[in-house]
Amino acid sequence: MNHSVLEAVQLSRALDTSHGSKSLLRDLEFRLERGQVLAVLGPSGAGKSTLLRLLNRLDEPSSGHILLHGKDYREIEPGQLRRQVGMVMQRAYLFPGTASDNIRYGPAQHGVTLSVTQVNDLLEQVGMSGYGDRETATLSGGEAQRISLARALANEPEVLLLDEPTSALDEASKQGVEGLLAAVVRERHATCVWVTHDVAQARRVADLVLQIEAGAAIALGTPQEMLHA
Amino acid sequence: MLKLLFHTQLSLGLAQAATVAVTAMIVARLATRRGAPIGREIPFVLLRGLVQILLVGALLALLLRGPWWTSIPMLAVMIFTAASIVRRRVPELPGAYSLSLLCMCAGAGGVITFMTLLGIVEPKITMLIPVGSMVIAQNMNIQSLFLNRFLGEVRSHRGEIESALALGATPEHAAEPYLRASFHASLIPATDNLRSLGIVWIPGIMAGMVLSGSSPVYAALYQFIVLAMIFTAGGLSCLTATYLVPRRIFSPHQQLLQLGS
Repeated sequence: MNHSVLEAVQLSRALDTSHGSKSLLRDLEFRLERGQVLAVLGPSGAGKSTLLRLLNRLDEPSSGHILLHGKDYREIEPGQLRRQVGMVMQRAYLFPGTASDNIRYGPAQHGVTLSVTQVNDLLEQVGMSGYGDRETATLSGGEAQRISLARALANEPEVLLLDEPTSALDEASKQGVEGLLAAVVRERHATCVWVTHDVAQARRVADLVLQIEAGAAIALGTPQEMLHA
Repeated sequence: MLKLLFHTQLSLGLAQAATVAVTAMIVARLATRRGAPIGREIPFVLLRGLVQILLVGALLALLLRGPWWTSIPMLAVMIFTAASIVRRRVPELPGAYSLSLLCMCAGAGGVITFMTLLGIVEPKITMLIPVGSMVIAQNMNIQSLFLNRFLGEVRSHRGEIESALALGATPEHAAEPYLRASFHASLIPATDNLRSLGIVWIPGIMAGMVLSGSSPVYAALYQFIVLAMIFTAGGLSCLTATYLVPRRIFSPHQQLLQLGS
């Protein structure tokens, strides 16, 4: 049987608060094949980041399933799962040290030391050749986000989760980083879930668009069907 | 001068305490006139302090007549109480009480036991209680500092910790830089105490021993021993905490828990 790369089945997340249970995400469903890009659109607080955190298992679903190649992701050791499903956050959150140290971090967690050539290749892919020895504290927002992408790619993930990766950047950096992300995803034929609140960006990068509001799916379809403005 | 008027140790002590209290109240009164609002509470604070310390003195007088092993439950009660004080300092940490208790048993408990077995602390109630209480009290401060600092670090570096998890790091590895920083910070006061010993300050136990007629050199040596014990106990308890505390802030599925502010 041919399984999708990533599938969400009736995925829900609720939080227990002092005022009772608060629903963050309700019965979300989608399936993605290899190389497909799903743009998740919705206003602030709609549950977009919650979805990505569930897909990376930084939070636990209250009910429903996430399947990776047809296998419930709870059966996969969290560290291994997170290497297969990489994530780039809204802010870069680079670790102190050099850009190379950051790129080597992920593989080092399972005993792999990247060679200088491998690090340089990754830096080149994100348009940051020659930045290996730069201290991360000296990088601009756009540069840091590129290094953060290279750091996620160093684990060679099958699925890439992008949490509004350009929203914290200035206009000039935004276009560059968006173009880079789209190119990297295309080249690697990676399956990607790209959270954005920018409709135009969703139209440019996505094969599928999932629109959510107040934690529930409003619509799922191609950008042509969904965003015909 | 007071010695001429009071002939027993108890009456002399009370007269001395009253004289010092009156002096303190005069200073407090002057401070109030100068606009510092401490004057009104000073009489109450002085009276409360006097009653508390007299009660402890009376309790000690009773206990000192008992066998040496009665100091064991006394020290145990101190450790239990200290753990509950640490828990109050970090209420948002799940299982803070049992964690602090375990760490202080390993730190203060371990050091007091080991030093007693070696004969460095004599197995006498007059030694075990004062030395033990100093080690436990300082261990409590060090433990509070460690946990407080660690939770602060986790709160302000949540993004970095979750980024490390998202890259496949184990919770222990993701939290390691913040454990290290907290470990270092919590031991700064104990390290500084050792560094400045005899130069910046002459601590109470040494002053007490000299006052009670011990040789100043032996008193100095013993003071060093006590401070080194405090440092060792604090270091041991924080070291234990570095292994135990990640389990309290991460879920079994390696997710960073939400910690209250």
